Amino acid sequence: MDTITPQIGVATVELLRRAGCTVNFDPRQTCCGQPAFNSGHRAEACQVARGVLDSLGSGSDPIVVPSGSCAAMLQRLPSLFEEGEDHERARSVATRTRELSQFLVQDLEVTDLGARWPGKVTWHDACHTLRELDVHSEPRQLLSEVRDLEQIEAIGCDTCCGFGGTFAVKHADVSVAMADWKIRHIEKAGVKAVVSSDISCLLQLGGRLREMGSEVQALHLAEVLNTR
Amino acid sequence: MKPLDPIVDLDARSFGRLSKAALANDSLRGALDHVTTEFADRREKALSSAPDWEVWREQARAVKAHTLASLDTYLAQFIERAESNGIQVHIARDREEACKLVGKILQQAQASTVVKSKSMVTEEIGLNEHLLALGLEPVETDLGEWIIQLAGEKPSHIIAPAIHRTRQDIGDLFHTELGVPETHDVEELTAIARRFLRTRFAEAEVGVSGVNFLVAETGSFLVLENEGNARLCTSLPKVHVAVTGIEKVIPRLGDLDVFLRLLPRSGTGQAMTTYQTLFSGPKTDPDSEGPEAIHLVLLDNGRSAQLSTPLEREALACIRCGACLNVCPVYKQVGGHAYGSVYPGPIGAVITPALAGQESAGNLPHASSLCGACRDVCPVKINLPELLLDLREKGDEADRGETWGFTGWSWVASRPRLNSLLGQILTRTLRLTQSSGFVGKCTSKLIGALVPPLRTWQAERVLPPMPTRSFRQLWKAGLDSEEPPA
Repeated sequence: MDTITPQIGVATVELLRRAGCTVNFDPRQTCCGQPAFNSGHRAEACQVARGVLDSLGSGSDPIVVPSGSCAAMLQRLPSLFEEGEDHERARSVATRTRELSQFLVQDLEVTDLGARWPGKVTWHDACHTLRELDVHSEPRQLLSEVRDLEQIEAIGCDTCCGFGGTFAVKHADVSVAMADWKIRHIEKAGVKAVVSSDISCLLQLGGRLREMGSEVQALHLAEVLNTR
Repeated sequence: MKPLDPIVDLDARSFGRLSKAALANDSLRGALDHVTTEFADRREKALSSAPDWEVWREQARAVKAHTLASLDTYLAQFIERAESNGIQVHIARDREEACKLVGKILQQAQASTVVKSKSMVTEEIGLNEHLLALGLEPVETDLGEWIIQLAGEKPSHIIAPAIHRTRQDIGDLFHTELGVPETHDVEELTAIARRFLRTRFAEAEVGVSGVNFLVAETGSFLVLENEGNARLCTSLPKVHVAVTGIEKVIPRLGDLDVFLRLLPRSGTGQAMTTYQTLFSGPKTDPDSEGPEAIHLVLLDNGRSAQLSTPLEREALACIRCGACLNVCPVYKQVGGHAYGSVYPGPIGAVITPALAGQESAGNLPHASSLCGACRDVCPVKINLPELLLDLREKGDEADRGETWGFTGWSWVASRPRLNSLLGQILTRTLRLTQSSGFVGKCTSKLIGALVPPLRTWQAERVLPPMPTRSFRQLWKAGLDSEEPPA
């Protein structure tokens, strides 16, 4: 998000401010460690995740993450740091972590952010957002309040896009085939955009859509909600 | 004699090679997409009239966890009671022992033709190959199994072994292998199979079956099926040999209740299978029907080694319904043969390393995007993504390049300034690759050579236009001010 898609971060900050929040960002944070953890490199994951504990491990404010799999990883940190002060900090991070749509709908109880986005879209249930965080209705509620936007449920909206961390390069052809299966159903749904709140899914689906020269865009929820 | 390797084509790189071949096969992919979707839809439909589904899953999981934690006790109880029922129980440590045991029983029965009903464990041990080498003729009688036997293939799905074949394929196969007139009509094809198989049932001296559940309390075992072929296999021949894994035991007859609700709904979307046969011993009255002798071969083959930790033990709770295959987006694209193991899909990626060893099967746990759809459907709630992660962690040493990559990455990513600087260099270079002409081409080549994963990523995916400033730069340059947006 920081280096490749900063506009998603900007949209998230603006959106949160519009919802009445004071937003802080600690530049000491880097990555949650998920790429290493999901590939079986626990020690390296811990080394990187310790940076998260240093920057976000104290305080009582909610930690809002505009990417479901990163949020799920932050919630998993207590199992990586099993003892002592790190464990306490990890527990603090885990209990305060919220995915963006979860935070808006469940905590702020806001669904209408005054957005207008003309056209049909379909929501992509990112695996970790859906299955680890149990977020299903929240983004749909948010999208249903956007003016001029029509939501379509594409076939396979809860099927994996094929990213899967290092899987995307280890078995690139299978990963691409999985994305293309989804895209076939997204295109059949006749939408202008596929919307998600997981940045890696968006890189994967967007990457294939651009490669194919498709007119369908891959957009982040914050980008749609921040359009007026 | 060593049994032939039942694992068709398995080594550290096999998934990559076999999945590529599968992706190039349009007929296979069409069949897979159609049948897995059909199975998954039927399951969903069956669940809609089962409001207590989650309660059943919890109950089944608890029964399995309890049994596996004291497997030795329940197995001992089962064996004692089965033997007192007149069932001859044999224990096999590995595939070789199991094959030898079955071979010996068949030779003692002076068998030449053996009819078989569907059994994944006999696929696991490579029984057919062993019997052929002994000069015996094993005949598969489950329609799907018979099709793949004719084709000289291994099953590509746990409950639907010929899922990779279309009816056109099957019509052509019957025509070539059996010399029957060419037809692609399902009813006609089934009638052909029935005609050919019927005579074999009558000829066979021995019938071989698998087992779905061993009941410790009664010393009996249950076989589920839909075609009636298992009943014929186990009632017409004089001798019945059942082969199964030691993990199939459950404590009480009453425990079957919950599993009989879960298994058919998860597998084929049926409320119950057409036939459910409980075997409680050979016939005692010479005038009654059924086999004169029942042998049961209990196979370990790496299973007891999985009992050591609660997490690994979970995989032994599997009841082989195949639901995880039908929802797996990887399986849906490449099918079962890509896994190089008779057990494909998420559960196959977990149990194959235990059966075939980390060395040859260590890459299978990486053949998953860890999406978790398998965990959602598993009737006994096996946490498959967690087991795959655990195996990835254990199998690390094998891939040196990746280990070095992550060591370097973690060194950088735990240093925010350096991380940010390298991030900037990367986006700037990527921006150059996105420019047209000579500069774009040169930088693309350069970055591809320096960062191989990026080259692989970009081979078939286009990155978004690279930004000029990172989020943290934008934050510092004014985004941090608390002005509400316009």
